[in-house]
Amino acid sequence: MSKITYREALNQAMCEEMARDERVFLMGEEVAEYNGAYKVSQGMLEKFGPKRVIDTPITELGFAGLGVGAAMAGLRPIIEFMTWNFAILALDQIVNAAAKMKYMSAGQYSVPMVFRGAGGSAARVGSQHSQSLENWLANVPGLKVVMPSNPADAKGLLKAAIRDNDTVCFIENEINYGDIGEVPDEEYIIPLGKADIKRAGSDVTIVAHSRMTGFALQAAEELARQGIQAEIIDPRTIKPLDENTILTSVAKTNRCVVAEEGWRFAGIGAEISARIMEKGFDHLDAPVARVTGKDVPMAYAANLERMTLPSVADIVEAARVVCHRA
Amino acid sequence: MSAKQSKTSKAAPGLTHEGRDYSAETLHAMHDSMLFIRRFEEKAGQLYGLKKIGGFCHLCNGQEAVCVGVEHAAQPTDYMMTGYRDHGHILARGADPTAIMAELLGRAGGIVKGKGGSMHMFDSNLNFAGGNGIVGEQVPIGLGFGFASRYRDDGRVTLCFMGDGAINQGAVYESLNMASLWKLPVVFVVENNQYAMGTSLSRASAETHLFKRGISFKVPGMHIDGMDVLEVERKMSEAIEHARSGEGPIIVEAITYRYRGHSMSDPATYRSRQEVDEWRTGRDPIARLQVQMIEAGLATEADFKDKDRDIKKQVAEIAKAAEDMPEPDAAEIWTDVYTDPIEGAYPYPGQVG
Repeated sequence: MSKITYREALNQAMCEEMARDERVFLMGEEVAEYNGAYKVSQGMLEKFGPKRVIDTPITELGFAGLGVGAAMAGLRPIIEFMTWNFAILALDQIVNAAAKMKYMSAGQYSVPMVFRGAGGSAARVGSQHSQSLENWLANVPGLKVVMPSNPADAKGLLKAAIRDNDTVCFIENEINYGDIGEVPDEEYIIPLGKADIKRAGSDVTIVAHSRMTGFALQAAEELARQGIQAEIIDPRTIKPLDENTILTSVAKTNRCVVAEEGWRFAGIGAEISARIMEKGFDHLDAPVARVTGKDVPMAYAANLERMTLPSVADIVEAARVVCHRA
Repeated sequence: MSAKQSKTSKAAPGLTHEGRDYSAETLHAMHDSMLFIRRFEEKAGQLYGLKKIGGFCHLCNGQEAVCVGVEHAAQPTDYMMTGYRDHGHILARGADPTAIMAELLGRAGGIVKGKGGSMHMFDSNLNFAGGNGIVGEQVPIGLGFGFASRYRDDGRVTLCFMGDGAINQGAVYESLNMASLWKLPVVFVVENNQYAMGTSLSRASAETHLFKRGISFKVPGMHIDGMDVLEVERKMSEAIEHARSGEGPIIVEAITYRYRGHSMSDPATYRSRQEVDEWRTGRDPIARLQVQMIEAGLATEADFKDKDRDIKKQVAEIAKAAEDMPEPDAAEIWTDVYTDPIEGAYPYPGQVG
């Protein structure tokens, strides 16, 4: 095991896959000469040259579409969005082209590629740079949505995403880029569509992804002090969702909290709650509680930003409510 | 028979036009391809009127010289993609017309198994990559095919079609910029039929000379008569050579006209009967080539009448064969969504109804 950062883990995943497969290339704004806006692609231009690590103009729709066409033609593009906020400009190519091409062409063309970049809120960057859009993407058939919460998952999942034969939207988290974690030294792949139990517990299931996984683990420490053992499940892949791991846990704990950074309306928590209601209703001793960001655009002021985002305390409180301890 | 007739050597010139020799066989192939597309589209229009074809159906009557001329200038390995007015292009490429008609009818034997319909035709064996319903969608995608060709140095050119409506989409300019910046082998073929749905070019475009739209990206442009298949073939050959030789992208604006409305539901009240008639009777690409061939002694009016009768009969047979095909199997709903599905990971996989 080595201790590396989340950004280094992503870098290693891309470098290993580019060394393995000549068809893989990285394209995006500032990925090459600048070494990445968040330094995720540090050193890659030097390693692989300008043919395979390509700086683009600021033109998200255009280079997203370029990736779709290149994938249809047989290459394996990694298209980096500096942040997923800017990918809104490219949604037409992601939703109308990448996601549907295989179906529309009855399997004649497929779009094996990765769209990746930072999602969620950073710190004090205001409403247009602070949002979680995974539920938009996860709603679309044909797309896969992956959101790693730590360095080891980031590396293993990104390698799987690059090798996957479908379009994968890989949503990183800017706040997590500097997180340090243990990563295996040998090569490994984490299959898509498999949740991970980050902490075992018997009293309440907390499902949390991306940055919220860390919040949930902190909440679990506090809950333990209060005599509540929380089981923390990180879906890792939002779509396809590993509902079995969640349902198995809920069958054991009979209580569930879903935590997400994004907006509440039609969010990931709504989907998970509905699945538990449909398939695990008889196991529930309390309604599923959702901890979400507030349904407002993000403000700049530090206090307003803090109050808009879910907190560790919010997760603790929700767990206490479903355990009838509040 | 298919819309695409074999290309032949230039060994026995049948006609010399603007300094370029065309064999009798090539001329017949171009003619028959255009006439086939014309009659095919008319049949599609009829079937739409009978409510056998549903949804949107955009016919290319009048624009046949563009798709056929481009195809004759291209190599079979060159990539091609377009918007939603795509029947003519895929037929010109040589796709199975029964499969195209079956697709229009929503049948299992359709070129994309009834999953695409009129706007989403694909034939990967012929390097025809769609078929897109969002105006301009195919332009960045074409850029990507061009990028792949340069990445692999495979010598292919991408022929990316769009209309005079699409040229105002932002994605087009993003694509022109990158194509030029990286000298990608892409020919942007603008089929200027002068109406974006019901909006005339002058009401939608500040610069109506669309071949100039690449100026600020240093993309050269060419302006051609899209009603003259020989001019299309000749000028497109130059444009394709430009792209193939590593000079980068080029825009070819082909002036053309659609005789029918934007789609089958459009009575086209935004233009005069007289205007349509002027194009139809004065500049029709099929009649024009027929006159040239008759003058060159390569065919007679009677030959063309016979040919037309044969093609109409073939198209009727194709329509009948396509209509006789079954609708897609219900299980097709679930196929082709993912290449690597994850077992048990989707809600209710495989269930129908």
